[in-house]
Amino acid sequence: MAGYGFLAPWLVGFFGLTLGPMAVSLYLSFTRYDIFNPPEWIGFGNFVRLFTDDPVFLRSAKVTLQYVLIGTPVKLAAALAVAMLLNSITRGSGFFRSAFYTPSLIGASVSVAIVWRAMFAGDGPVDGSLRTLGIELGGWVGDVDLAIPMMIILVVWQFGAPMVIFLAGLKQVPAELYEAAEVDGAGPVHRFWKVTVPMLSPVIFFNLLLETIHAFQVFGSAFIISNGSGAPGGQLNFITLYLYKRGFADLQMGYAAAIAWVVLVVVAIIALIMFRTARSWVYYAGDQR
Amino acid sequence: MTTIEQEHETAGRTAPDTGPAPRRGRRRGLASTIVWYLTLLVLAAVVLYPLVWLVLATLKPSSEFGRNSGMLPWEPTLDNYARVWDGIAGIPLWRYFLNSLIVASLAVVGTLGSSALAGYAFARVAFKGSGILFAAMIGTLLLPFHVIIIPQYIIFNELDLVDTYVPLLIGKYLGTEAFFVFLMVQFIRNIPRELDEAARIDGAGHPRIFRSIIVPLLRPALVTGGIFSFIWTWNDFLGPLIYLTSPENYTLPVALRLYNDATSTSDHGATVAASLLSLIPVLLFFLIFQRLLIRGVATQGLKG
Repeated sequence: MAGYGFLAPWLVGFFGLTLGPMAVSLYLSFTRYDIFNPPEWIGFGNFVRLFTDDPVFLRSAKVTLQYVLIGTPVKLAAALAVAMLLNSITRGSGFFRSAFYTPSLIGASVSVAIVWRAMFAGDGPVDGSLRTLGIELGGWVGDVDLAIPMMIILVVWQFGAPMVIFLAGLKQVPAELYEAAEVDGAGPVHRFWKVTVPMLSPVIFFNLLLETIHAFQVFGSAFIISNGSGAPGGQLNFITLYLYKRGFADLQMGYAAAIAWVVLVVVAIIALIMFRTARSWVYYAGDQR
Repeated sequence: MTTIEQEHETAGRTAPDTGPAPRRGRRRGLASTIVWYLTLLVLAAVVLYPLVWLVLATLKPSSEFGRNSGMLPWEPTLDNYARVWDGIAGIPLWRYFLNSLIVASLAVVGTLGSSALAGYAFARVAFKGSGILFAAMIGTLLLPFHVIIIPQYIIFNELDLVDTYVPLLIGKYLGTEAFFVFLMVQFIRNIPRELDEAARIDGAGHPRIFRSIIVPLLRPALVTGGIFSFIWTWNDFLGPLIYLTSPENYTLPVALRLYNDATSTSDHGATVAASLLSLIPVLLFFLIFQRLLIRGVATQGLKG
């Protein structure tokens, strides 16, 4: 019984604030609900509308997927590359590690979003330096093609957290493996693919899973950068922003719940694909298979 | 680099997080070492550029915004700070700081208490259903928050708790942030069980073991978890945006949005100054506790 005693607050939270609300939002996704009047059952109406009659949603889903599917791998590649750089120096790695980690702590804040908007504005420093190279862009925020790259740069900038995890993983790789590979005549590229990647694969998998799910939840930065609008062309109208607008600004709570469940199903499918394919590329040392 | 230097470097570290690091690149020449460091320095400059830009932008007088796209202010001034301190919507900036401080501090207390209790249950107590509940806890770690925010809002609206801090805090007191529970579980699992068993022989029950053995040894995890909890709550935007309706209750991020919206045409100076001020507590925490935080991220393999 002691177990349940210690677990009591968590149990209340799990059932009252997580599992219960999940069930309620599943129910609401099949209703029309504006918080003032009781929910009205409409079957699959919300879902049909989402996929057949709501171009704003489809656009939102598209930009979100672009952001997640490009931003996450690039962020992890940057994290791994810099971790390998840091792992091969002997002095000052503490300073660099801290410097690179800082954006991960503040990257999702409103302050940084304000900075980003100013930096990527037409009169901001990014366009200013590109202009000296002869490239005239005229601001990233309002540009349909540049808004997503700007957001991807923001998320890649926060490569420090996965970098720290990779660095810890790299330090666990036995040096003998590299020495043996070298004796066998493997060059640096070969050593990377045949030693580093397999030895790090559990950490890569772990980072990929969490960073992907995390990326789907991008909200504050897009909200601030686009002044809550998702930008005129919808290029910053990420799915969480769209859900917020439908649910909390328009009070279409049933419709917003349907959006939420679509997000959950998509995230679940992506996670499932990752877990399935993990069997073929994630290598656990000492694992008998 | 000589071997002696490398050994000195390794020995000089206090408590290496993950065991002795294999040192490679031993035969690397001086030239490539220089290239390595130059690359890292350039990279660090790029990564830190937005922060440096922010600091310098706060010193630009309003008249320079939109005209001076260079990094350095032409006529540096502290006027922006004076104006920002007067606040927005008739509310002084310190009020938002105070609100954020109250919410973040209460969040730390709740998060640490509830997750230490749950962590102990999962790591040390054998009870029916612990396996499935642990799996459920890990599951919530992967759950996108989208599916719970709308019903939660409906509940708190029903209970008349909108525009209070209760909706922002209650989840922390009920351990709904699985990251912290997981952190505690991992840490408690590494505490030798012999300590519990010795206490049990002396007649101590679970509450006593938790209080007098686990909690004191849990200190590093509590500090790491507390700082992360503080920083994440401090930065949180969606929660306060949904739940706080009166400006006098706003936390800093939503108040910053006021600056951002109300003054976007006129007062860029005040906006950037407020942005920098609101980052300072986070940066300060990081400067003081960086070693602990980075070790926490590295060993838990989780982050924000």
